[in-house]
Amino acid sequence: MTPRFRPFVAIAATLALSLGLAGCGGAAGDPAPTVSSPSASTAGSAEGYPRDVDVNGKAVTLAERPEAIVVLSPSLTETVYGVGAGDQVKAVDSLSNYPEDAATSDLSAFEPNVEAIAAMKPDLVVMSDDMNKSVAALEALEIPVALLPAPADVAGALEQFKKVGELTGHEDEAEALADKVRAQIDAAAEGVEADGMTYYWELGSELYTATSKTFIGSVLGEFKLTNIADKAEGASSGYPQLNAEYVIDADPDLIFLPGGDPAKVKKRAGWDVIRAVKDTDGIVVIDTDIASRWGPRIGDLAEEAAAGIKKVA
Amino acid sequence: MTSARVSASAEADTRVAVAPRSLRLRVGPTLGCSALLLIAIALGCAIGPISIPPGKAFATVLHSLTGANVGEQLDATEQAILFKIRLPRVALGVLVGGLLAGCGATYQGVFRNPLADPYLLGAASGAGLGAVLAISLGLDASGSPWIPVFAFVGALAAVSLTYAVGASGLGRGTTSLILAGVAVSAFLGAIQTLLLQQNLDQIQQIYSWLLGRLTTVGWGSVLLVLPYAAASLGYMLINRRVLDVMGVGDDEARTLGLNPQRVRVLLVIAASLGTAAAVSASGLIGFVGLVVPHLVRLAFGSSYRSILPLSILAGGALLVLADIAARMVISPGELPIGVVTAFLGAPFFLLILRRSRHE
Repeated sequence: MTPRFRPFVAIAATLALSLGLAGCGGAAGDPAPTVSSPSASTAGSAEGYPRDVDVNGKAVTLAERPEAIVVLSPSLTETVYGVGAGDQVKAVDSLSNYPEDAATSDLSAFEPNVEAIAAMKPDLVVMSDDMNKSVAALEALEIPVALLPAPADVAGALEQFKKVGELTGHEDEAEALADKVRAQIDAAAEGVEADGMTYYWELGSELYTATSKTFIGSVLGEFKLTNIADKAEGASSGYPQLNAEYVIDADPDLIFLPGGDPAKVKKRAGWDVIRAVKDTDGIVVIDTDIASRWGPRIGDLAEEAAAGIKKVA
Repeated sequence: MTSARVSASAEADTRVAVAPRSLRLRVGPTLGCSALLLIAIALGCAIGPISIPPGKAFATVLHSLTGANVGEQLDATEQAILFKIRLPRVALGVLVGGLLAGCGATYQGVFRNPLADPYLLGAASGAGLGAVLAISLGLDASGSPWIPVFAFVGALAAVSLTYAVGASGLGRGTTSLILAGVAVSAFLGAIQTLLLQQNLDQIQQIYSWLLGRLTTVGWGSVLLVLPYAAASLGYMLINRRVLDVMGVGDDEARTLGLNPQRVRVLLVIAASLGTAAAVSASGLIGFVGLVVPHLVRLAFGSSYRSILPLSILAGGALLVLADIAARMVISPGELPIGVVTAFLGAPFFLLILRRSRHE
């Protein structure tokens, strides 16, 4: 490779990695009314503070119940509001577009500006990726930081709800939320006969996909579907780029296309022989935000997926 | 062939570019490189993550051409894979590899600089900016023609800018042009990075484009490149003798009846057009344009009469072979082909370089 374009590639590689971890959809989706907006009546108790909360083996010390929370992750914003801590939020990052009344600011989750965050005088910062060593920088300013990365599976997501509840003083609501979402997923999977069916989850027109080992794979795993990308598992961290020949030969029953256009997939050369393309309902479009976040709307994700699978099964 | 012999034969006919005799090819090396290309094409058609039985493929082709039934044919899936995915990919590899190597050879000749490659004058960063712009404007859906178009326009605009800035400088020579290329590349690269920062949700697509890939949306991608490839390679091949003459210096070229400034501009335009076409189809594939002309030069002598056509053949062969590695190493996953060309190309090139010095 020539030195002339190496810097861009290096930057792109770094950023691509960060996206894979954060999985934020930028487009504003139509929010479904799953998460009830917080109201004064749902405010949690201020008891039990000061407390140390164990976040992935690291103690986050909170002197009082946090009342000026800054959230730097669209998924975590949905969770914080979902457990009823919306009233305690000072600001959320620029891509956090759900719930609609979230305190959106121009803070970036990808390039966290520590000074801008500190200027908001937060008593807790919740984020999913430690970009630019911002965790250490914030802690140096004695601001408590909870780093809650993307969970590996559905169980991990439900655990994360409870952790957010513990941090914000809404343990009971968080527990109830986890139970509710679990029940929603179970109800969606109930009666779906997808044994032996295969699927391909498209993350981009360059045929990037997610295997069963990823969070999205774990949600789809609730339906006992087989993921065609699992054969490429060893080659990547769960998000391989597939060869078009392989996708055609694997002949999936379903193609999940978050935020995509089925007409364009149908027009791809050679794809007309794939079962999912031949079947009028074989390509399932899912809201990008719902498909890429691990907040309480994973219940909606399961429902959307179930509706798509039922049309084909 | 030594440069002394080149200039001697150049003196023999004053209108060097038009004498048909001067375009004659050396038989042995041409046959060798053609055979290499054919072998690469055959392997490219035969090897993929899905195995296609050659016998059945032959029977299918024969049936569709003549109607004869000579045995079992490929099923619909295998046909789609072979004819709509793999063959266009091999064809694009031949075209892009040939273009990059041919344009690289021409740049090396025009600028008399062994480090010159097709991206020397900013074509890569211009094309990159164009592609990022197209993606950030939301014109990114697969199969849409906008990324290649934007990349093409970006590459040509960047090279034009380099030329406008570099040629208006003091030097008549090539140094100011090369330095202008470096500056333009850095500037456009900065804008590209800024745009990337604003469009992080599209990063995967941009990233995949920046690392280069030969995945096509069928024959359409190949046909899109073909006219530019033909025009660019045709012009460079017809005028390749001029590169030898320019190699001995502007003053000497002038005494032979050439206008070096004008010829240089035309060759740079042809090479830039070819580079833009290659980059728009396949993203940024490094190393091929730099290394293939040197390999050919080491193997078959330093006359551009040979280097240019042999580089085109060998470049096509190399890229098709690299693409086999790109789709097989982590099959059924894909490696970016730019990674393969640099990873395999760099050590191979160093080995050849060492050997040639020992001899």
